[in-house]
Amino acid sequence: MTMQYYPVLIEALQVVIVLLGAPVLVGWVRMVKCWTQGRRSAGLLQPLRDISKLLVKDTVLARNASWVFTATPYIVFGATLMAGAIIPVVSADLPMAATADIIALVAIFAVARFFTALAGLDTGTAFGGMGTSREMMVSSLAEPAVLMSVFTVSLVSHSTSLSYMVHEMTTVSLVLRPSLAFALLAFILIAIAETGRIPVDNPSTHLELTMIHEAMVLEYSGRHLALMEWASMMKLFLFSALGISLFLPWGIAGIDDPAMIPWALLALTGKLALLGVLLVLVETGLSKMRIFRVAEFLGMAFLLATLGMLSYFILE
Amino acid sequence: MPSPFDLVCVSIAAFLLISLVPALLARHQSFLVNFTSLLSAGASLLAATGGFLSVLTGGAEAMVLPIGLPDLPFYMRLDPLSGFFVTIVGLLGFFVSIYSAGYLRGFLGRRSVAPIIVFCNVFMAGMLLVLVAADAYFFMVSWELMAVSSFFLVFFEDELVENRRAAFIYILIAHIGAILILLSFGIMAGSATGFESFSAYTFEAMRSATPTPLWTSIAFAAAFIGFAAKAGVIPLHVWLPEAHPAAPSNVSALMSGVMLKTAVYGILRVGFDLAGEPELWWGGVVLVFGLVSAVLGILYALMQDDIKRLLAYSSVENIGITLIAVGLSMIFAFEKMNTLSALALAAALYHMLNHAVFKGLLFMGAGAVLHATHERSMERLGGLIHKMKWTAPLFLVGCLAASGLPPFNGFVSEWLIFQSFLLTPALPGRLLNVLIPLGAAALALAAALSARGFVKVFGITFLGHWRGRKGAEAVEVNRPMRAAMVMAALSCLALGIFPTHVIGWLDSVPMSLVGGGIGMTARSSGWLWLTPVAAERASYSAPLVFIFVAVVTGVIYLAFRARRARVRRAPFWDCGFEKMTPRMQYTATSMSMPTRRIFGFVFIIRESVKAVAHQASPLFPEKYVYRLKVRDRVWNWCYKPVADASFSLARSVGRLQRGRIQVYLLYSFVTLVLLLVFA
Repeated sequence: MTMQYYPVLIEALQVVIVLLGAPVLVGWVRMVKCWTQGRRSAGLLQPLRDISKLLVKDTVLARNASWVFTATPYIVFGATLMAGAIIPVVSADLPMAATADIIALVAIFAVARFFTALAGLDTGTAFGGMGTSREMMVSSLAEPAVLMSVFTVSLVSHSTSLSYMVHEMTTVSLVLRPSLAFALLAFILIAIAETGRIPVDNPSTHLELTMIHEAMVLEYSGRHLALMEWASMMKLFLFSALGISLFLPWGIAGIDDPAMIPWALLALTGKLALLGVLLVLVETGLSKMRIFRVAEFLGMAFLLATLGMLSYFILE
Repeated sequence: MPSPFDLVCVSIAAFLLISLVPALLARHQSFLVNFTSLLSAGASLLAATGGFLSVLTGGAEAMVLPIGLPDLPFYMRLDPLSGFFVTIVGLLGFFVSIYSAGYLRGFLGRRSVAPIIVFCNVFMAGMLLVLVAADAYFFMVSWELMAVSSFFLVFFEDELVENRRAAFIYILIAHIGAILILLSFGIMAGSATGFESFSAYTFEAMRSATPTPLWTSIAFAAAFIGFAAKAGVIPLHVWLPEAHPAAPSNVSALMSGVMLKTAVYGILRVGFDLAGEPELWWGGVVLVFGLVSAVLGILYALMQDDIKRLLAYSSVENIGITLIAVGLSMIFAFEKMNTLSALALAAALYHMLNHAVFKGLLFMGAGAVLHATHERSMERLGGLIHKMKWTAPLFLVGCLAASGLPPFNGFVSEWLIFQSFLLTPALPGRLLNVLIPLGAAALALAAALSARGFVKVFGITFLGHWRGRKGAEAVEVNRPMRAAMVMAALSCLALGIFPTHVIGWLDSVPMSLVGGGIGMTARSSGWLWLTPVAAERASYSAPLVFIFVAVVTGVIYLAFRARRARVRRAPFWDCGFEKMTPRMQYTATSMSMPTRRIFGFVFIIRESVKAVAHQASPLFPEKYVYRLKVRDRVWNWCYKPVADASFSLARSVGRLQRGRIQVYLLYSFVTLVLLLVFA
């Protein structure tokens, strides 16, 4: 009887991992960044402490903030959690993966971004509008590239349903397929843009004229800010997990193989830790680009992804 | 139980009769508006029911009307393809009729609404007649009826010179298209009888004829260009952004929502039904034109600051997306892959239904904003969400649907088109293998850019502070307008949440056109999951996604409401800058600046900044004057050469006119002599 409940348990485990693992990943990235810069870090759990601090604080709203502004944090958090429920992190056997495939996943992230952009315009400040305009520019160039990149993977794995894709990719070798190599390169570039890391956007800047994502959430406080910060941490976690599941999926528990889950958890922790170190190396080594250079950066990612798809059609 | 065909015929007759009512009631304008709107709504509902039943049962019915020329009676036929489009016309007609009851009240006292009511009902009748016409003559008569009545509708507020110019360009391009369509029918009818007689003018005769591939291709090319002119495909789209803003908003909703669809109906009818089996290059041409229209349409939309022009260009983009799906379907049909062709065709049909509903909703919302503020430019709007408490959320639903975001309907059709693209590796042929990934890339780009455009429309119009010069006296609009928008918004949600039912319903159309259907496989995992090909391949469960996000959002909201933390209101933070005025907000031009930087090569842009110096010293500027002019390159590439050539040709022919009667008598004498010699 317990065998029937396994998928539900795995799904619940997945959601808990996404919710708690995201702040821990961000904490790890900040720790490694402090080590490379010779500073003392605040600890692995500091983002969790920040979120719980924000949750108990009062919320201050602008006088002309409308219902769009107050509803956005909940919608963004709900949509990001939905995305978290469908990306296989520890097991490919995920019942919710049948409800939304990879195209729907990109669209769910787009819903969260749409509402965040509207919240930026809502209070009528100059910085909010600037953040919205820049974010929509970056996303309108990044979204086609991410779609092309995952289309290449879905062509190789003959499916767009995430659990089937991951299952198929465990049997495919990355190196022997040039289309996957192009798609991986493009995905790395896109992930940097979508999650708002250097060289596209600096998540820890205090200068408003250099902000993209932060400028849209400038007016939020209290529990609204807690939800927006948590959603942004979950987005970093989910993009990393998506890249790992699609391109480096070895170690993930297969379908009907729940005993592998503790090993899968260990493998995931190791891969994410390594990814965090690589991310810090990129962030510390590179500087933030001028805003209109981002268009060339994303154009290159788009080109690489389309080349990947073309090479699939022509060579395979 | 009346048959679907009877319902549609009654509906057409009803529309024609309603158009006569204003002649009787012209004195009592307010009663006229309410009465005719109610009658139109009823007639639209009849048509929608007839179309719905026709697609559901999948059969075809025909009739011959003895009116028309002697020996050339009118043939009428309602088959699933016509029935599908009749449903779209009826559904949107129903919403717009109820909306008109409220919208036309704004004209009472200022001008007579009789012309609008007469021509609107003739327009609806014309569109329905186009859809059920089954011979070339009746089709052209109905097509002209539709074009001329919509010309008078665009021409309604004719005291403005830009409206007159818009109407002229509209009727000019419509007639160029009509000539090409007539030529195409002529070729198909003529080649059936060896160009000897006119007797093969019915669609039935054209269907059973087998002309040579050369003539078939010429017929299809002429028909495609002719229908593309009416559909607003680039480069024949220039009338769309002029005509839609010029017309009153309820008419814009109808034109954008259903008239463009009748043009796509024409392409489907000729391409799949009348001209025989599709050739490979037909699908390729349709696909390429669709891609160009999709990408360029949305780029032009991003540059606009007039709400209705932006929505008009967005219609160009959506017609492009529909043609992409139609092109894919033709390519699959040529390779005899009937199920995949049915998938692409179902995606195209679904997208047209979705576009009609959400574009109708958006134009109705734009009309509501215009009705309330008398302002069409986004640069002078803002903050309307506080004053128009119903229009704002409904317009937001339209924007979400148009951007292709779940759980609304725009996402489902775009998802189906992407799935068709991902199934193309099954195709043989090398050239297509290069075209298809580029096509998918262009479609993804268009879809992403449309989200940007709609964030701009909703954000600048409704959010922030009022950007206009004078005070903001906007009030919420009246009940019929709100009711119509609510119904359209609920339809958007319903079409997005229940895709399996919609695909199951419209399955008879691909079945009749390409001989394949996806209704069975779409429902194979139950009604909750949409699995167009197979569950392992792709599955999407719209109700579950909607429920999950709603439940999570609701639970967290309630959990937080239960806490004691307070919510205070204060002036906005803006990083401590105190002297914010409404003029410092982002405007529509600001939001389109990244587009100008990145995609500026697509347009002709003239930008100038001039500093007006203070009278005391030129070093201290008093104000800046910023001018921006963005024009469509298509005017200079396609239309100006043609206009210049025709003017120079007319001038050189005009040299024959000397003005002296002796010269004209000499011309007649020479012509007579030549005719006598050569005849």
